Amino acid sequence: MSGAEFVPLSLVPMLIGICVAVACALPGNFLVLRKQALIGDAISHVILPGIVVAFLLTGAVTTWPMLFGAAGAAVVAVVVIEAVVRLGRIEPGAAMGVIFTAMFAAGVLLLEQSDTSSVHLDVEHALYGNLESLIWLDAVGWSSLFDRQALAGLPVELPRMAATLLFVAAFIALFWRPLKISTFDEGFARTVGIRTGPLGFALVIVAAIAAVAAFDAVGSIIVIAMFICPPAAARMMTNRLEHQLLWSAVFAVVSAVAGYTLAAFGPLWLGLSASVSAAGMIATLSGIILALAAMFGPHRRRGAG
Amino acid sequence: MSISLAAEHGKPLVDDRAQSPLAIRGMTVSYGQKPAVFSVDMTVRAGAMTAIIGPNGAGKSTLLKAALGILTPLAGTATVLGKPVATQRHRIAYVPQRASVDWDFPTRVIDVVLMGLYPQLGLLGRIRATHRAKAAECLARVGMEDFAQRQIGQLSGGQQQRVFLARALAQDAELYLLDEPFAGVDAATEKAIISVLKSLRDAGKTVVAVHHDLSTVAEYFDDVFIINTRRIAEGPVAEAFTPRILQEAYGGRLATAQMDAIGASAG
Amino acid sequence: MILDALLLQLGYNATLVTIGAALLGMAAGVGGTFLFLRKRALVSDAISHATLPGVCVAFIVMAMLGGDGRNLIGLLSGAAASAALGLLCVNWLSTRTRLAEDAAIGAVLSVFFGLGVVLLTVIQTMNAGRQAGLEGFLLGSTAGMLRSDALIIAGSAAITLALVVLLRRPLTLASFDPEFATATGQNVGRTDLAMMGLVLAVTVVGLKIVGLIMIVALLIIPPVTARFWTERTDHVVVISGALGGLSAYIGAALSAALPHFPTGPIIVLVGFGFFTLSLLAAPGRGLASAVIRHRRFQRRVHLRQGLLALAQGQPIYEPLTLRLLRREGWALLDGVATDDGRARAAKALRDETRWQTIRSDPDFEAAAAHYDGLRAIETVLTPDQIEEVDRMIGAPRPVQT
Repeated sequence: MSGAEFVPLSLVPMLIGICVAVACALPGNFLVLRKQALIGDAISHVILPGIVVAFLLTGAVTTWPMLFGAAGAAVVAVVVIEAVVRLGRIEPGAAMGVIFTAMFAAGVLLLEQSDTSSVHLDVEHALYGNLESLIWLDAVGWSSLFDRQALAGLPVELPRMAATLLFVAAFIALFWRPLKISTFDEGFARTVGIRTGPLGFALVIVAAIAAVAAFDAVGSIIVIAMFICPPAAARMMTNRLEHQLLWSAVFAVVSAVAGYTLAAFGPLWLGLSASVSAAGMIATLSGIILALAAMFGPHRRRGAG
Repeated sequence: MSISLAAEHGKPLVDDRAQSPLAIRGMTVSYGQKPAVFSVDMTVRAGAMTAIIGPNGAGKSTLLKAALGILTPLAGTATVLGKPVATQRHRIAYVPQRASVDWDFPTRVIDVVLMGLYPQLGLLGRIRATHRAKAAECLARVGMEDFAQRQIGQLSGGQQQRVFLARALAQDAELYLLDEPFAGVDAATEKAIISVLKSLRDAGKTVVAVHHDLSTVAEYFDDVFIINTRRIAEGPVAEAFTPRILQEAYGGRLATAQMDAIGASAG
Repeated sequence: MILDALLLQLGYNATLVTIGAALLGMAAGVGGTFLFLRKRALVSDAISHATLPGVCVAFIVMAMLGGDGRNLIGLLSGAAASAALGLLCVNWLSTRTRLAEDAAIGAVLSVFFGLGVVLLTVIQTMNAGRQAGLEGFLLGSTAGMLRSDALIIAGSAAITLALVVLLRRPLTLASFDPEFATATGQNVGRTDLAMMGLVLAVTVVGLKIVGLIMIVALLIIPPVTARFWTERTDHVVVISGALGGLSAYIGAALSAALPHFPTGPIIVLVGFGFFTLSLLAAPGRGLASAVIRHRRFQRRVHLRQGLLALAQGQPIYEPLTLRLLRREGWALLDGVATDDGRARAAKALRDETRWQTIRSDPDFEAAAAHYDGLRAIETVLTPDQIEEVDRMIGAPRPVQT
């Protein structure tokens, strides 16, 4: 494929896919190690009610109110789940199940009740996004990367997602040591003065920010998949946290690139005309990588090797 | 220091918190509606090795955790040299019960020891060769230098305990708190740990350990703190570790023969 | 209109759906209880999301064979098959690899769902006229349901409920005490399998009504709600089944009666309403009563500690203790005891000494085991025994201040 086709049609979705995958996989490592993997699941389900409420309040489908609505819903969900766990003495899994299904149901109901026929706002979009539509119309080929005028027409999702990735990476780099100690041995972390409660909350909020920034581009499924699959596969490749994060980033990039390529061109190779969902394919590929790591990874078993 | 029996109420205690490396006042901790520790005072003597003993469920570990702020007490305060524990954490090293740790965590033995240096490194301070050398030296002091590259979950219980002691050594603290350091460890580890603790004491540090083996109290420790929900007694082993006091702490759970043996060893 | 719906007066189909939903809700409430007691509530989330690729594959296969792709029994069979495969994956990942169960659940639900979405887009490229309706499995849709479909749902919900009722004893035993169950000769592995089979059945039957994203709510919310009201497993089962049935019945009826009230979300929200009410107001485990209990308890502890400190002439370090003592009129601003306070302090100290005495006397061992610092000694000893203890202590000493 020539640059004239690749750059306008495929480069941007692929880059966005990579940014989403890595931005979710990095905090996902800590969530998986802390046995909070399903927080990602809960967050991605409450994004829908968040954007519906934002839409009802502003009356328009615009980016920033929706991102704030989604982020607000994620924070509300996390706080309410924690409150139900502590105050109701309910195990976290069940508390999550109660809260995110109820919030999701409220979102669907609000959507049905309000008149959204005139705008593009639907459940399917929130679930699987539309990575393929993020094309760069102003580009004519590789040379456009150096063309200021063409760059101005870049889909806004790309810089936004890149900034999110930078933010997530900076958070993890800055709080690397406290995160590591408190995940490994919370009691010890407290005795050296780490405030494990606020730190854990901050981690979940950072994960929520990554999820919210990502859902707009890719929908919430690949968000959940990227939170869990690359870190889980990476855990089976190494016994060092530093290496685990690197592995997870590599797996995330491979899933994004290969998933997008397969979705866009796979059907063509099979002689079919249309493409299939890139978000779904990226999630599927991350699952295949996890399956391979679970079968052949050098450190796949507990205790051994 | 004189022995103070809880039964002998009525004399005001001198407020000697300012000198003590760990002073606990009025500590009450409750799980649900039943206090596990009730209104306990404790004054640790500087430069001594103190054992916290008492029957199962007497609140030994709970007292330590509440003093450190790992658990939130219902009432009570803990101070280090007269100042709140929260501001004095750099003076304290804590070796938790092994159960509190995620053994499946992707980390090597040497990384665990390096964690002891994190407080002084701060968020972004670089780990230099001197830090690595220090961690290796601490590991050598507990006889674990050959295991530096192993994943922590692959060690035996005793070996894990030694690694956590090495991490505490790397913290360069003045006060060492250990929660059941000898629980479920082999004899060689027990010997290695006690000799490290004694060397700390000889270097002027203070050591407090939750302990459950009454037969070794007199051999290992200088002072003893006996608790059963309330403080039963506190003081040098020769004075506070007596059959009468143990009877009060353990009730009928201690056989007479056992008591005699303890009486003889403590005497 | 709403009343008509609640009284099943809205026509044959709506009535069938409402009854089917109620039966399904009961089965889900009862079956979900065992899942909840085994602390595996979210396994159901993996199961439900894992149905999507099965539904799609079933549609594709049926369409390619020239049949009607929308045949409900065919679609549900596909859903059951892929959900079972998903469940196997969760179990394999969490037992054979170092992955914890929560990560295994998340991985399976997202990957299966992702694959399902890929297949949905494949179906969109197929003969377009036939693909309608599969999205209904995501959020549930009962509007315009075929009579035969409504019959299938009501019938299979009834069968599921009957199975749950039949299996409740072994399930209770296995979720409460698996070791005891094994010791009595029960095959716990097989019971677990049966439990998962039930969950799977509920999920598949509920797909059309509630949708695969929200079906887990039917399995999770009723048992969690029921747990607030009782400490007994058998009662949790019954209450949860009743709550599940009631939520589903009310939800389905409301949805039939009112426009823009989709069935699934309404059922979930009715159940959530019961949950919120119970969280706040249930006696015993509810929030309001827990807060009151804790405050009372904390007050008792501080007052008792304060009195003992007063009795022993020790300084009181904690402001809360001092404040409570002052409010009772037992101490003055500077922490000095009032006359009343001195008398109570003397009594507290006397009791404490009595406790110390009986704790070191093997004759009183049973009574002494009740010691927790707060318990009044009169509740464990008779007046005669107290007198005997007092003789052992000697005369009361005056309190120093």
